[in-house]
Amino acid sequence: MKPNVYAILAAALLAVPVARAAEGPSTALGPVNLPPEILALPVEQAVLTAPPHVPPPITRRTPARVIVNLEVKEVVMPIADGTEYTFWTFGGTVPGLFIRIRAGDVVEFHLNNHPSSKLPHNIDLHAVTGSGGGASSTFTAPGHSSQFTFKALNPGLYVYHCATAPVPMHIGNGMYGLILVEPPEGLPKVDREYYVMQGDFYTQGRYGEPGLQAFDMAKSIDEHPTYVLFNGSVGSLVGDKALTANVGETVRLYFGAGGPNLTSSFHVIGEIFDKVWLEGGTRVAQENVQTTMVPSGGSTIVDFKVDVPGTFVLVDHSLSRAFNKGALGMLKVTGPEDRVIYSGKEVDAVYIGSQAAEGSESVKREAVLREQIAAEIRANPTIAGLTKEMQFERGKQVYMQLCFACHMPDGKGLPSVFPPLAGSDYMLGDRARAVRVALKGMTGPVTVNGQTYDSAMPPTGLTEEQVADVLTYAFNEWGNTGEPFTVDEVRRALNETR
Amino acid sequence: MSRLLSLLLLLVAPALAGANPASRDGMVTIPAGVYVPLSRSVLDAASVAVPAFRLDVHPVTNAEFLAFVTANPKWRRSRVSPLFADASYLRNWTGDLEPGAGAPADAPVVNVSWFVARAYARWVGKRLPTIAEWEHAAAAGYTTTDARTEPAFTSDLYAWLSKPVPSVLPPVASARPNFYGVRGLHGLVWEWVDDFNTAMVTGESRADSGLDRDLFCGAGAVAAKDTSDYAAFMRQALRSSLKGNNTTTSLGFRCVEDLPVEP
Repeated sequence: MKPNVYAILAAALLAVPVARAAEGPSTALGPVNLPPEILALPVEQAVLTAPPHVPPPITRRTPARVIVNLEVKEVVMPIADGTEYTFWTFGGTVPGLFIRIRAGDVVEFHLNNHPSSKLPHNIDLHAVTGSGGGASSTFTAPGHSSQFTFKALNPGLYVYHCATAPVPMHIGNGMYGLILVEPPEGLPKVDREYYVMQGDFYTQGRYGEPGLQAFDMAKSIDEHPTYVLFNGSVGSLVGDKALTANVGETVRLYFGAGGPNLTSSFHVIGEIFDKVWLEGGTRVAQENVQTTMVPSGGSTIVDFKVDVPGTFVLVDHSLSRAFNKGALGMLKVTGPEDRVIYSGKEVDAVYIGSQAAEGSESVKREAVLREQIAAEIRANPTIAGLTKEMQFERGKQVYMQLCFACHMPDGKGLPSVFPPLAGSDYMLGDRARAVRVALKGMTGPVTVNGQTYDSAMPPTGLTEEQVADVLTYAFNEWGNTGEPFTVDEVRRALNETR
Repeated sequence: MSRLLSLLLLLVAPALAGANPASRDGMVTIPAGVYVPLSRSVLDAASVAVPAFRLDVHPVTNAEFLAFVTANPKWRRSRVSPLFADASYLRNWTGDLEPGAGAPADAPVVNVSWFVARAYARWVGKRLPTIAEWEHAAAAGYTTTDARTEPAFTSDLYAWLSKPVPSVLPPVASARPNFYGVRGLHGLVWEWVDDFNTAMVTGESRADSGLDRDLFCGAGAVAAKDTSDYAAFMRQALRSSLKGNNTTTSLGFRCVEDLPVEP
């Protein structure tokens, strides 16, 4: 027995220095000796989800030992329709898989670098307290895996990313994601949670140039991205890939900015963030926010209730990025309309803008001619009648696009809300006043046919000709009778108040 | 007829190669030069003089490596010690002595460790290049000794870096020769160097580029490096991530030898 032991000892003594020298600079320390109270914790495998999905909320109220397995893979995927890019990914997606743990958890983290990778990679989790956030502990050659353990001391929403040189290229190729460390008491319950992350991409071809595009180092150093994207490709959250919700639900977005360079002015068009956990911290720092700033390598949590149906567009409100570089996503909300909160388009009328400069010779001459024609028409009852009929029809078109919504198609208005025009003593009794109201609207109490109404009519924005037409209609419909209105009469009536 | 032609070519080709003293035995002479390290501590020299040396025109192929393992049974896949080559050693080969369809004869050998690369070099009477030698030869572009002045070269380099490793590698002859007539230093596979483990990178690149890794507070002198050469950072990162027994799908090697001493 003894010689054997000596032989093994001798071999070990010889082998150790040789192996050391040969193994290069990266050395592993061996597994950490966890104290008994931590070894006693329940062990669970983390559920990781691909964007835009988020793992379910953590229901346990005590810490656990959580095992996270994340695979680094370099994959060719579409960056835009007809354009491909070699993304370097955490888990095969950009952003990487979403990790959800609870403050106090002890995490055993495994980073596996796929054998087909061209490069070594590592991971810096901003949720980690310790040198490099795990980067130096997870520096992993292609076809190898690394393991390290950390305790989640601080709750919050944190970015993770690759920190291998050249870092801007590793991040610029998509190596980032989010890890949520839930506070011990959890987050307020919501109906839907989604995961969206913005990143900037630098390709040798211009935006939309087809084929496999290579990374452009010069553009990256100059911080001139070709693409600025939500979830790694143009249209990743559009059409049938849009986020969805139902009217009345509360939506929570876990939003991060991976960079490598750009901050995001995150905004959802047509929505207001009810609550914002600014910079992904643990307090609702602000309520009722339109646009929230998300730093590169930072995050935010926003909650908002969706009150009306429609498509709500997510943008970086640095809008060239949304319009020209792809930073667009969609939230489609379905459910019943509420036209008081949002009516939809009520009116679409022609707007010509201001007329030619007044006082020019041509305008004066036109006015003279108009007056001559009007005089001729007044002198000729046949033409006068035809003009009135034409005005009536044009006025009806204006009325049915604009006025009918309150005064109703039958001109009777809504009892005690909107006054009638049919048989209205108020309207028929003062033509000049009718002109002014038809153009400028009116606010406050008014008595019509003995009934008091107190509501507001906004200015209509009609042209003088449209005012003449619509009043000609209103004065000759629903049993009303009156002379047609001319543009002259409209102008005179408007001048009376000047 | 065609058989006769190829036979003729076979006979003539070595003669042609022999006629060019620069590419004797599949090697070329790289003239002396200077290598500027990507990053260095205050104790390191700002630049390293590189004497002239002879470099393989192309990386070692599967056919060449097959001859080596045939002659050296202890380096066959089934027999190698895990101390010297890890579990993915030659994993794209079909068997110990059969490269197979995944490893064409004229393609570069990959999935080889630093130990085996050194053993091969010794067997053929050569050695592995140093970082300084390799980087000096690889600093050349297609038409000049400084690739940084050649946008077409840079564009090709990043196009290659942007592609994943193909499952079957192309022939070594497919790589466009550089200024010295050397093929595939860029754009084919990564390559082992003799002193790979002196690339002092911890993997935490921001700390590596900072000053606190140096022992002396006068470490501001470390500035002599080109932070815009991403490809150089990638080579440095890869070298630092490796251990001597590691093997990967895109890592091969080539050999050098010293110039014969003039009589």
